[in-house]
Amino acid sequence: MSAPAQTRIIFQHIDEPGYTNDLACYVRHGGYEVLKSAVKRKPEELIDEVKKSGLRGRGGAGFPCGVKWGLVDRKSGKPIYLIVNADESEPGTFKDRYIIHQDPHQLIEGTMISCFANNVKQAYIYIRGEMPHGARILEQAIAEARAAGFVGPNLLGTGYSCELFVHRGAGAYICGEETGLIESLEGKRANPRIKPPYFPAVLGLYQCPTIVNNVETLCHVKYIAQHGGAAFSQIGTPGNTGTRIFCVSGLVQRPGYYEFPAGKITLGQLLYDVCGGPLPGRKFKAVIPGGSSAKILRFGERFKGKRKVGAELVDYDWGVEDVPMDFDSLGMIGTMGGSGGVIVMDDSVNMVEALANINAFYAHESCGQCTPCREGSLWMKRITTRMVHGTARAEDAALLQGVADQIPGRTICAFGEACSWPTQSFMAKFGDEFRAYPETKKTPKPADAAPLI
Amino acid sequence: MNLQPATLQRIDEVITHYPEKRSATLPLLHLIQEDVGHLPADTETWVAAKLGLQPINVYEVVTFYPMFRRQPIGRRHIKVCRTLSCALLGGYKTCETFEQEFNTKAGHTSPDGEVTVEFVECLASCGTAPVVLIDDDLHEKVDCAKAKQLSAQIKAEAARRR
Repeated sequence: MSAPAQTRIIFQHIDEPGYTNDLACYVRHGGYEVLKSAVKRKPEELIDEVKKSGLRGRGGAGFPCGVKWGLVDRKSGKPIYLIVNADESEPGTFKDRYIIHQDPHQLIEGTMISCFANNVKQAYIYIRGEMPHGARILEQAIAEARAAGFVGPNLLGTGYSCELFVHRGAGAYICGEETGLIESLEGKRANPRIKPPYFPAVLGLYQCPTIVNNVETLCHVKYIAQHGGAAFSQIGTPGNTGTRIFCVSGLVQRPGYYEFPAGKITLGQLLYDVCGGPLPGRKFKAVIPGGSSAKILRFGERFKGKRKVGAELVDYDWGVEDVPMDFDSLGMIGTMGGSGGVIVMDDSVNMVEALANINAFYAHESCGQCTPCREGSLWMKRITTRMVHGTARAEDAALLQGVADQIPGRTICAFGEACSWPTQSFMAKFGDEFRAYPETKKTPKPADAAPLI
Repeated sequence: MNLQPATLQRIDEVITHYPEKRSATLPLLHLIQEDVGHLPADTETWVAAKLGLQPINVYEVVTFYPMFRRQPIGRRHIKVCRTLSCALLGGYKTCETFEQEFNTKAGHTSPDGEVTVEFVECLASCGTAPVVLIDDDLHEKVDCAKAKQLSAQIKAEAARRR
């Protein structure tokens, strides 16, 4: 079965010749009309549309956006803040970069609609430090929008006011975690907060109710405000509504970004039909489907079980190629849809070296607050690096497993899971390769092989 | 602290973006670093006084975030992405090429003080791997040949200035 056509909602104008990132171009394409009609509606109505839409957060966890908004404490009398999480830094993910650089007003419009719906008094876009041009583009776009009355005091003459500022990060991955992000925006180290009690919806920025939404999520809100929650929920599959942007990278013919209705395309269709399959003379070996912390899948493994289709329970028996790309299906086979970052590895890749690369990332990015994560991520890096560059021992596999198993569930934030899932899943799927690595190392690598650590 | 008037103006403006001054810590550090090139020794006391904080509050932020530096770097700053998608397509060789071209090691500055090479974590452009950030500009699909070409450009500019 060949892949369905792309449905470009969020990426409609990305890479379109002649489409520029200024206000005039955006307005020519119908920009800010949705905001103009949204501010004439009741805020509760807009929240209801988002609830009806079934929109799930696109940052990684897939938490329903309407539920997140519903949890906001509106009785405390404190101001409500909204933060756009533009700290895109999960390895394998590169969708928000294009929205920010090429279509910033789409994000600003979605943000202002969300602010109006939630009676937000002040909003920030937290953009990662490594995107200096992106920050300048957003600042310029906000200035244009402010001058036109789409941002700032007395928005479009409604009496509602909301400011929007850009805040730059400075190279720390942990700022993508929402409570770490809030700490960082408060001018501190980005050490995530413990939940409870610090749920952002109640005790967020400055201990006030705060909404943190991903860039792509807020762009979807604009679509929902325009077409209605019911129309949005018709795209994709029940429980996994709307489109998803898949960012494909690694050893594949045509890496890039592709927007499809959620769950309407399988991993096989995406990798073979859309991305052109493996490089010449190669075979796919493994794929990480939702950012580098998602558990790895091995080509050739099968997944069996029962799943709900409508009201019925039906059997499924999937190979990696057959898995529909949605939160629930990927969750059922023990991994996750995460941020949509699909990293592909072929049979030229040694899994010990690939894991060593990932472990070096997490060891570098642990905030250091919780001992299991700070020490565990470091030891996993040291063991895998030693295996590649020093002496590898057959018992290293068990040692790695032992370290990884002591981290998840014992940390303040989900980084503990994020840093241990790679090791745990590589062991589960490729344990033999780790045990055989002392032998494998005796054969010299081809001269053109890319070092991974 | 010797900052340009335009920087001081931007510093005063950015503080107004936040209901609590402490939030301006990262923006101030960025502005000082952009102006001076690094964060000079009196940064902590200066920012703390500006924002009504203790110097330790600023120091702990400077040491947490990888992008802040307390030492000067070369005139050009080359950041090569190290993480998986780039590594799979040759990121380590790209970094090695820059190291050889400028006779230095990742994390260090070339002997002539011209270029600092760094091997950094994911730059979020995995689809066009390997990627390199030179100062503020992203360069995509930088294989060894393209790394040599970029190096030649940087060297030519340096020669013109001498």
